[in-house]
Amino acid sequence: MRLSQLLAGEKGIVKEFTDLEMSVKLMEMGCLPGEEVCVERIAPLGDPIAINVAGYSLSLRKREAFTIVLH
Amino acid sequence: MKTDIRVALVGNPNTGKSTLFNVLTGLNQKIGNFPGVTVDKKTGYCILPDGRRAEIIDLPGTYSLYPKSQDESIVFSVLADESNTLKPDLVVVILDASNLKRNLLLYTQVADLKIPVIIALNMIDLANKAGTTIDIDLFAKKLGVPVVPISARKIEGIDKLKTAISYANKIALQEESIDVEAIAPNLIAQIQKELKVENPYFALQLAHQHETLKFLSAKENDTIESLEQEFSFHSQKAQGTETIARYSFINDLLYDTVKKPETAQDESTSNKIDKILTHKVFGFILFFAILLFMFQAIFSWSAYPMELIADLFVWIQDNLHHLLPAGPLASLLVDGVIGGLSGVMVFIPQIAILFAFISILEDTGYMSRVTFMMDKLMRKVGLNGKSVVPLIGGFACAVPSIMSTRTIENWKDRMITIMVTPLVTCSARLPIYTLLIALVVPNRNIWWIFNLQGLALTGMYIFSLVSAVVVAFVFKLILKGRERGYFIMELPVYRMPRWKNVAYSMYERVKTFIMRAGTVIIAISIILWVLASYGPGNRFEQIDKKYQQPQYIKTLNHDEINKAKASEKLESSYAGVLGHVIEPAIRPLGFDWKIGIALITSFAAREVFVGTMATIYSVNGSAEKMESVQQKMHTATNPQTGQPVFTLAVGFSLMMFYAFAMQCASTVAVVYRETKNWRWPAIQFAYMAVLAYVASFIAYHLLK
Repeated sequence: MRLSQLLAGEKGIVKEFTDLEMSVKLMEMGCLPGEEVCVERIAPLGDPIAINVAGYSLSLRKREAFTIVLH
Repeated sequence: MKTDIRVALVGNPNTGKSTLFNVLTGLNQKIGNFPGVTVDKKTGYCILPDGRRAEIIDLPGTYSLYPKSQDESIVFSVLADESNTLKPDLVVVILDASNLKRNLLLYTQVADLKIPVIIALNMIDLANKAGTTIDIDLFAKKLGVPVVPISARKIEGIDKLKTAISYANKIALQEESIDVEAIAPNLIAQIQKELKVENPYFALQLAHQHETLKFLSAKENDTIESLEQEFSFHSQKAQGTETIARYSFINDLLYDTVKKPETAQDESTSNKIDKILTHKVFGFILFFAILLFMFQAIFSWSAYPMELIADLFVWIQDNLHHLLPAGPLASLLVDGVIGGLSGVMVFIPQIAILFAFISILEDTGYMSRVTFMMDKLMRKVGLNGKSVVPLIGGFACAVPSIMSTRTIENWKDRMITIMVTPLVTCSARLPIYTLLIALVVPNRNIWWIFNLQGLALTGMYIFSLVSAVVVAFVFKLILKGRERGYFIMELPVYRMPRWKNVAYSMYERVKTFIMRAGTVIIAISIILWVLASYGPGNRFEQIDKKYQQPQYIKTLNHDEINKAKASEKLESSYAGVLGHVIEPAIRPLGFDWKIGIALITSFAAREVFVGTMATIYSVNGSAEKMESVQQKMHTATNPQTGQPVFTLAVGFSLMMFYAFAMQCASTVAVVYRETKNWRWPAIQFAYMAVLAYVASFIAYHLLK
């Protein structure tokens, strides 16, 4: 299951990343393995998405969300 | 003045860092540049309780010491470079108390550089309100640093922070956060030894960032490079390991010191607002409504102050004319320099209003939602959600808008945004469009409500956006990206705008605009004045003589003679000669030599066009005489054909020319400053010139 597959309002726990460069940037922003993420909303045109992680809102493109594998 | 202690403010974006900076320094601040880069350096002074003077440096907001943009890269260089004259004695790290976890990552990195640190725990009131309790004493004890809870917005705890700054230690006493050496043991030890670096985390950062650090010598760079090879150092992997270790430290710390309410919280206010503001339908309607309101405000609110400024300059010019003895020097000062300056200063109200709006939209958190909504659309044409801000700003002025592209991390996206922003109809084009449309488009309504002239103007605005999008798409295909684009961005919670910050940002932007654009305009207007006031040989004397002859003095009054003389002198001046020289090149566009002169004089600033037209058609050029400029241009006929000069075809051809041509020296200068390479402004100038010529040619021949 990838983060990009979640619908608005759905939750998941981060398991691992498929892209090293992206993982470094995501982890810096508090999106780490073991962390709960919740899709808050999807942009009106279907991309990017906004997620809630570590207590704040983070927006990222679907392609980037695809590199996050969930439990 | 003497500085007793130098303090750097460091923190994540949206933590209230600039609010704290404003509270600490008040108006005792100035903006400069960091040496060698075009990143704004904000410094200010503050008097400590013990009477000492502290210099405060506001460093750009960043999530970590690993930079993602040019602005962020300055943070590590300022903190770590011993030889840097800006190296602070003390760092105040600002943490958002309601979002401690992510904020602490940057703190642990800064702390490991072993510079004396104080923590300012901002927005403590909001965290308490949300039910979060923080054991501040234990928190401070575990980290080994002073922690001062503050609320920068409500100006609470600021005195305690100043006291803490004055009592700060000269040596770093903070506890270790993670075992830095374990990340790359041999490499760190070797760099420490060979480059004589004491701090292990500094050595590790050198390994990561050495390619972009300016303070390293070529030899030091090579040493690090070969050491990295030797120990097969992988920057991203090491960074990942470090981040995980830091978060594990942070989780332990927060587990002991912070208690959050157990029960699931109600849906946050921000979330509720977002449901409307980023709604599929209402989101876009609201966005366009806000834009519309902004333009209305920029044009209608600024009309009166702009008139005042114009009148003020006319008054100054009048008085100087009477005060100074007539001569070339007085003429250069009054007509050249002051005349040129007034052309720029008149735009101050528009720029101030635009920046007030932009800073309100940014301060409230709405701008990042616009970015969020528009990203997919903008990406299709090679831009980025973040390009929306400069493009909107381009409607007022391309210069500050191009400066605002720094928030775009991706190099290719940023370059494309810089390249197309000057295509957007800026406020300097407005007087040209209004003059020409009034001249060639009939003032009547079609379909009852639509005024033809209004439609033509709206059409020019929409046309500029469409052309920016098309050109962006072409650049997307041509330019090769050096790096992958990404869009990981915090959506800050909605907040009321801080009016003081809005006022500061308006003040700053206007000041920067005057300093940067003003100097260029003065230089260019001096050159243009010389070209328009002197002519080859003794032609000017002959004109003077000609009008002293009795047939002129008898039949014409003093004013008429002066106007006729001015008009004839302009034709024989260097500018006039140039106009004749370029006439063959612009004839296919429907322009004569008189328009040629206006093209040349408005080469550095578009708004000069109307003034030149006024001079050429021998009318005193000023706003209230606009009617007569129009009338003269309306009755102007081509001496060879007897047909009117300003036909529909010529009018639109001219508008197309001004829509595309890069007639703005300030923009060229700022593009060079931002790209640090003459190639970019050169390419931009060239492609815009080609588009201008082709579009004018097509418009002229279609409508002829």
